[in-house]
Amino acid sequence: MSTDSIATFNVDMASRPLVAKLHEWVTTVDHKRLGLLYIVYSFIFLLIAGIEATVIRIQLIRPHNNFVSPDVFNRMFTMHGTTMIFFVVMPMLFGFANYLVPLMIGARDMAFPRLNAFSFWLTAFGGILLYFSFLGANGLYGAGNAPDVGWFAYAPLTSKTFSLGHSTDFWTLSLLVSGFGSIGTAINIIATILCMRCPGMTLGKMPLLAWLNLIMAVLVILAMSSGSLRAGSSRVRFRFRDHPCLFPQSDFRLPRNGGCNGLHCLHRHERMGPPHVHRRHERKR
Amino acid sequence: MLSRGCVRFQPTALSEELSVTLMSELRRDKKMRKFGSSDWLMRLGQVVLLLGLPITTLADPADRSISPTNIFAPVSTPAHSIIGLSLFVLAVTAAIFVIVAGLLVYCVVRFANRADDDGREPPQVYGSNQVELAWTVIPILISVVLFMATARVIASVQKAARPADAIQVIAIGHQFWWEYRYPDLKVVTANELHVPVSDPAHPTPTFITLLSADTDHSFWVPRLAGKTDLIPNHPNTMWIDPQQTGLYLGQCAQYCGTQHAKMLLRVYVQSREEFDRWIEEQSQPAQASAAVSEGQHIFQTTACINCHAVNGTVGDGRFGPDLTHLMSRETIASGAAPNTPENLRLWIQNPDAIKPGSKMPAMGLSDPELDALTAYLATLR
Repeated sequence: MSTDSIATFNVDMASRPLVAKLHEWVTTVDHKRLGLLYIVYSFIFLLIAGIEATVIRIQLIRPHNNFVSPDVFNRMFTMHGTTMIFFVVMPMLFGFANYLVPLMIGARDMAFPRLNAFSFWLTAFGGILLYFSFLGANGLYGAGNAPDVGWFAYAPLTSKTFSLGHSTDFWTLSLLVSGFGSIGTAINIIATILCMRCPGMTLGKMPLLAWLNLIMAVLVILAMSSGSLRAGSSRVRFRFRDHPCLFPQSDFRLPRNGGCNGLHCLHRHERMGPPHVHRRHERKR
Repeated sequence: MLSRGCVRFQPTALSEELSVTLMSELRRDKKMRKFGSSDWLMRLGQVVLLLGLPITTLADPADRSISPTNIFAPVSTPAHSIIGLSLFVLAVTAAIFVIVAGLLVYCVVRFANRADDDGREPPQVYGSNQVELAWTVIPILISVVLFMATARVIASVQKAARPADAIQVIAIGHQFWWEYRYPDLKVVTANELHVPVSDPAHPTPTFITLLSADTDHSFWVPRLAGKTDLIPNHPNTMWIDPQQTGLYLGQCAQYCGTQHAKMLLRVYVQSREEFDRWIEEQSQPAQASAAVSEGQHIFQTTACINCHAVNGTVGDGRFGPDLTHLMSRETIASGAAPNTPENLRLWIQNPDAIKPGSKMPAMGLSDPELDALTAYLATLR
């Protein structure tokens, strides 16, 4: 979309009623608008995660503080970590990628504009689903329990034996949903960069920031599809919650642990988590 | 918030020792005095002091003022190897920081915009094989060196030979306490690990097999060794050879549930004679005195015995700590509170007052029953 058409577009917009404007934003497939949506969305979650971090810090302000109970503290650091990684840092990266990459490589839009919008709304609803756990996760066990298994969510702590109610299910589902969104956007970024550069812009002449987003998108696909979707957080963890005897590799058994060799669960996590975090550091560089 | 207990538990000096010792040490230091009471200056002083700790504390690991969890004051071979490696890595990364930050500051100062600049663009340089080779090869070399040094330390700790007279301990992590078994010595205890001091000339290390009864835990006593996880169905091993008697504190280092924070570790390193005497005492069956038969009756006829064991009674539960020699321990609730009759009574009456979220249930006993039961438990020496 050229600068002129955006200018006209905005003049049109100004005279339209609020509902129509909102409708434009909700149904948009424009890469700049989706980029802004991503960035605004991540700032909202940054605020929420900041409140959680404040609760954590007030509790830790002196030893044996009674500001919150251990349960609430555990929920706070779990929700803070999950929010910061999956609903602040990632949408922020995708927001800048969406806004800047097509401009920097001379493309009219992202390669798949509708996939772009779909991915954003998946991510958005994933985050909302996670926070719905504050209201909806109590099930039969007590009131208002958000996930409290740590953002790393190691099995067997996530199994039904040790994590009562539905909080871990909310956590898993929300990451599954937003994980699909991340993969969609990552595919979009890669396709855009590889196929839609303007004539004459070879990969060697491409700006460093575009390169950075290309590598980031590849890492997202590696981390999220291998770790999060196939093994790490979603399906297997789901199945693990229902069928704890999925991994009877070890003949060493103790009662009460459901028969899983926890080491396998740790390794599944390591495939997902660290690339995820490292990606963030790479972006910062 | 949410203190559900009808009686509030006041933290005592003992339960605060872990967090308080380092602070008091810092305050005692002369460097701190000139800062006065200004908060941010104090914090700055702490940071400066922490950076200086390796030098000040490595000189005298016997100093009693050292925090019981100070990683810079190792008293066991694995901890020594780790702090040596840490300081090496710190030196390498500090050198990198100094060089990079130095270059940055130099460039900022040297190439800043000046009043006498003629406004012309400086010479533009594209590509330099030497520079690019340098910033590729040197980081690879640094990474290889750090990798090799780390691998060496890991291998040296993991491949250590086990002498025939090594003490064998099985540590089982539970939510949220530690069970210790000495299979060769036929002793079972909880939360307070006793090991003999190891003379470097004739080492008597303690080899610990780490198991978990529920979720992942991690055994971490910083002055003795690095962290090792306790993973269900995956036995891990670690070893310590403490060369100095004393009490070493630690903490479960893998988030394991509600009361992960108060799953504290206490390792008592004793002289060989004291350790043998302790084993001898722990091997005795519980003494049953007629004076506390009422309390013993309550113990044997309520839910206590579902989880707790006392040798010589019908109680043989294994979900909770073995109570046969309860009074030989200095703390209850995995180090959360000193083992006094008052705390014990409170712990039975309302565990949440001491450790909210622990798996110990409130027993719902009447006051006379509580008194009798506490009196009985107080005889389990």
